[in-house]
Amino acid sequence: MIGFADVHVRLGGRDVLRGVTARLPERRVGVVGANGSGKSTLARLINGLALPTSGSVTVLGLDTRRHAAKIRRGVGFLFTDPDAQIVMPTVAEDVAFSLRRKGLEREEVARRVHEALAAYGLAGHADHPAHHLSGGQKQLLALCSVMVLQPDILVMDEPTTLLDLRHSRQVAEVLRGLPQQVVAVSHDLPLLADFDRVLVLDQGRIVADGSPEEAIGHYRKMMA
Amino acid sequence: MNGLTGAYVPGSSPLHRLPAGAKLAGLAVACTVLVLLPSPAALGGAAAAVAGLYVVSRVGPAAAWAQVRPVRYFVVALFGLQWVFVGLEGAAVTTLRVLLAVALAGLVTLTTRTSAMMAALERCLRPARLVGLDPFRLSLLLSLTVRSVPVIAALAVRVREAQRARGVERSLRAFAVPLVVSSLRHADALGEALSARGLDD
Repeated sequence: MIGFADVHVRLGGRDVLRGVTARLPERRVGVVGANGSGKSTLARLINGLALPTSGSVTVLGLDTRRHAAKIRRGVGFLFTDPDAQIVMPTVAEDVAFSLRRKGLEREEVARRVHEALAAYGLAGHADHPAHHLSGGQKQLLALCSVMVLQPDILVMDEPTTLLDLRHSRQVAEVLRGLPQQVVAVSHDLPLLADFDRVLVLDQGRIVADGSPEEAIGHYRKMMA
Repeated sequence: MNGLTGAYVPGSSPLHRLPAGAKLAGLAVACTVLVLLPSPAALGGAAAAVAGLYVVSRVGPAAAWAQVRPVRYFVVALFGLQWVFVGLEGAAVTTLRVLLAVALAGLVTLTTRTSAMMAALERCLRPARLVGLDPFRLSLLLSLTVRSVPVIAALAVRVREAQRARGVERSLRAFAVPLVVSSLRHADALGEALSARGLDD
C-alpha cells in the first residue's frame, strides 16, 4: 500500500507537488501528465529518492522520511534511461550485482541470475557486454536487475519513452505478467490502458483519478 | 573499445580458470620484470611469451588487437620522442615495455569477469577498513569506471552528430560543453540509480 498525505514538494524555488493526497492499494496504477507536472517527483517519493517538503508518504506501512533505506529494499525502481542504471559491464554480472548484499552462496546467485535472464528473454546474452544490447534489451536487463530482488512494489519512470514500438510492447507484456504492485509514470497511454487506476497530474495537483478510460480521456481533453 | 570497456571473452582456457587475484598479482610481477629487462632482445623474448599467453587464452586475434589498438598513436609518438632523446635502442626498449604491459593488462581483462576482479580487489582492499574506507565501494568505483567508458563514448558520438547537423564540427567548445554537461547528467542519473538499488545504505 502506498499513501500520500497532503504532500508538498518544493524544488529549486518551484512548487513541484501541491497538496497531493491519495491512497494507492490497486495492483496497477498509472500516472500521466504534461512535462513538468510533477509525475517523476511523485514516482521518486515512493522509494524515498525524493522527500516531501511537507506532508508524508507511507509505503509498506513505513514513512519514507524515516525509513528510506528499508523501503528501497521493498521498492524496485525502473528509470527512463537504462544506461544510467546498468552498473556492470556484462549482462549476467549486472543481474548478479543486485544480489550482492543478499549474502547468498555463489551457486544460488548463479541459479537466480540464470532464471531471471531466462524469464526476460536474455539468457542468450548472459556474457555479452551490456552496451552491445539494443535499447529494448537494455531496458529489459534493467527491469530484470530490479525484479531479481523480488520487490513488493515496482515503480517505473517513463520506462518505454526511449523504446521503439516492438520493444515497448515487449516491456508491456512483461509488466502484465508481474505479480507485484506496479506504479508507472508514462506518456505511453496504450501501456496504461489495462491498468486498474490512472492519476492525471497538472501543475503539481491530481486533477483526475479513475479508470484508465476516464482518466486518459480527461488527459486527452486537457492536452487538446 | 574492447580493452577499455572490459569486454570479457567467455572461455575455459587455463587463463580463464586462474583466480582473478592470481592474475592481478601475476600482472604486477610481469610488469616489474618488464621494467627490469635491459635489452630489445630480452623484451623480444618477453613479447614472444605474451603472444604465447594470448594463444593459450584463445581469445582470438581481433580481441588481442583491440587491447593495443587504443594506444597505437601514443606508442608511435613515444618511440619517435625516445629515438630523438635516448637513441634507437632506448626507444625500442621503452616502447616495447609499454606495449607489452598494455597487452598483458588487456589479457587479464579479457579472461576475467569484472565481478571476479571486484571480488579480488575487495579482498586486497580489506585493510582500507582500518581508515574508514569501504572496500566494496572502492571496487564498485572500478566497475563503474569500466562501465562508463562505452556510455561516455556513445554520448560523444551523439554530440558529434549534433555538431555535424548544425555545421559546427570544427568547434572544440561546441563539442566539449555538451559532452561535459551530458556526462554530468549521466553521473547524476547513475547516482540516483545506485541509491534506488539500495547502494546508499
